[in-house]
Amino acid sequence: MKRLLILLAVVAMLAAACSSSSDETTTTAASGGSTDETTTTVVEADSELQAQVNACQPDETDGDLNLYNWTEYIPYGSEAEDYGVTDLVAKFEEQYGVKIIQTFYEDNETMLAQIEAGGAPYDLIVPSDYMVSTMADPEVGLLVKFNADAIPNLVNLDPLFDNAPYDPTGEFSVPYQAGTSGFGFAYAALDEAGIDYENGISWGLVFDPEMSAPFTGLISMLNDERETLGAALKYLGYSVNTTDQAELDEATAILKAANDRIAAYDSAAFDDLLMAGETVIGHGWNGGFLGSYDQASTDDYDAYEDFGYAVPQEGGIVWVDLMAVPITAEHPCTAHTFINFILDAENGGDLTNYTYYMSPNLAAYEYIDPEILGDEMVFPSDETMAKLEFIADVGDFSLNYSDAFAVAKG
Amino acid sequence: MTMLDDHPSEEASPELEKKAERAESWRGFFTALPTYVFLIIFFVLPLIIITVISFTERSRTGKPVLGEWTLEWWIKLGDPLVRTVGFRSVWLAFLNTAFSLLLGYPFAYWIATRKSAIMRNFLLVLVLIPFWSNFLVRTYAWRTLLDSNGLITSIGEWTGLWGKMLFTEPAVFLGLLYGYLPFMVLPLYAAIEHLDWNLVEAARDLYAGAWKAFRKVTLPLSMPGIIAGSILVFIPSLGAYVTPDLLGGAKTTLLGNYIVTQFKSGRNWPFGATLSVTILALMMIATIIYFRKGGKTL
Repeated sequence: MKRLLILLAVVAMLAAACSSSSDETTTTAASGGSTDETTTTVVEADSELQAQVNACQPDETDGDLNLYNWTEYIPYGSEAEDYGVTDLVAKFEEQYGVKIIQTFYEDNETMLAQIEAGGAPYDLIVPSDYMVSTMADPEVGLLVKFNADAIPNLVNLDPLFDNAPYDPTGEFSVPYQAGTSGFGFAYAALDEAGIDYENGISWGLVFDPEMSAPFTGLISMLNDERETLGAALKYLGYSVNTTDQAELDEATAILKAANDRIAAYDSAAFDDLLMAGETVIGHGWNGGFLGSYDQASTDDYDAYEDFGYAVPQEGGIVWVDLMAVPITAEHPCTAHTFINFILDAENGGDLTNYTYYMSPNLAAYEYIDPEILGDEMVFPSDETMAKLEFIADVGDFSLNYSDAFAVAKG
Repeated sequence: MTMLDDHPSEEASPELEKKAERAESWRGFFTALPTYVFLIIFFVLPLIIITVISFTERSRTGKPVLGEWTLEWWIKLGDPLVRTVGFRSVWLAFLNTAFSLLLGYPFAYWIATRKSAIMRNFLLVLVLIPFWSNFLVRTYAWRTLLDSNGLITSIGEWTGLWGKMLFTEPAVFLGLLYGYLPFMVLPLYAAIEHLDWNLVEAARDLYAGAWKAFRKVTLPLSMPGIIAGSILVFIPSLGAYVTPDLLGGAKTTLLGNYIVTQFKSGRNWPFGATLSVTILALMMIATIIYFRKGGKTL
């Protein structure tokens, strides 16, 4: 009996293995396999979509939009009402008579895996800078070149984002929102420790043993190897994109030494921890902090009096999320119309009034709440801007970063 | 007496018995068929797939490249970092298992020895109630209990016994103990409840003290429960991921987090697969040894 069972199991396994291996071939074909035959299929499918894109006209729609975006990154529904901004999803649907099907992701890597697997027909994605350079790489080839003729509002873009390292030719991506990472902090705690923050703060608040001592157990850092090791690299005066192992080792060592003073590595709740008093210094993204400060403020209480945000003087990281058409797109023209819609002055204003992130859309400035626009925490001064770096894709060296982060944590 | 009752067929004719047995085993086979199919598709196959992936080169985006084989990832297992992370995880899982057993045994014993069945069932339901809500939600609840304004912190400060525990190792430990204690209690309860108390009574009749009777009779008889419970607690603790992140502030790298990193920002699926296969293989070997060594009583 047992023998029969085993035999049956083996047969079933073989059958399943056969069918799965044929599946495997189709997936490889779709995502660029190694044999010549499959490569040709990819190029053909690709150029077919490219031809479709190149034929798109301004304001043309070719079906509902499958939007694959970060959570809480576009105002819609009750959230839009809470923030007192226009529901951009409803506005687009009404204006063009198509629906927007929203799907969300929480990190670039999840999105990458989805697009690479080709499981869902997403028309538009919003990857971060370094992810664009990975996806646009000819070897990877997951993005289609957009058609500038179908996006007249491109003229509204800030030239600051031209010739960016993640997309040197600017053919694959259009900026959506941008921001910085730095420290959110409680003024009272810095006052108590006798730290002068009027003329800028330093990454030493976490990495300098002496300066950091009063905040032991009251600091949170991002749980992200490039951001947090990047902060250490900046403190040491190196580039956040270094591929020099000695420099990375040095950064790893000072992060390891600071580990005892750090309460938590948290990329999701750094703002809540600060507001709740669990930390007094938090490493995080400006929009995260400012959104929380704003939500906590009432008619009687101004959270901005108690909490601040600044990019340390040594410089830091600027990031930008970009709109791009992936090779999974089935409605590329609607995607282009949507990009144009986001780049519209008024819509761009509503977007930033909701996200508290920096707008790459210069024309939108007149619609952005003057308080947000005048806020150096959202729109850094030129002087600060000059010291910021984009995170670049460092290729295989990224493995060294993730291992270094594990080593630093001990 | 009971021994004979368990095997009434021993006196039936051999031929009839054979026939009945065959019919029984066919019936058994068809009953188990859906489970076999399910396990092969959703357990055996994925296992084969990740084993294959662990021998492939990684692409620029971290995916496996089928057809380009390498032993690089298996060699990387020898890195000091992997050893440190692995040892730390095993130690934490071991501690959690030991404490679950220390806490769980008296508790399961107490429940199993309640006279009224209603009371026993009621207590069991209480053990199971936490499962009615999601583990992640419960871990967040712990975060509120342990933060500076939390109830547990207030009690600790009021009595002067402990301070804020959130983002410390005791918090991780507490969270794990809380999360996996039911997995220890349930098999222990099953083992103790089915125990033949006549044997304990016999031991007492033969002048064994309460402690000696427990050590010589109750404990060995409940061993299957102890081992089953320990396996059920040890394995998930070894891969614990949410608890160290949320309650420990992600301050130390454990196996679970290390593997997740490989699949996400590390962009190294093959190495993630290698780590997973290694853990699975070690666990499987341990379990097989256990079954060989007399776990048959389970």
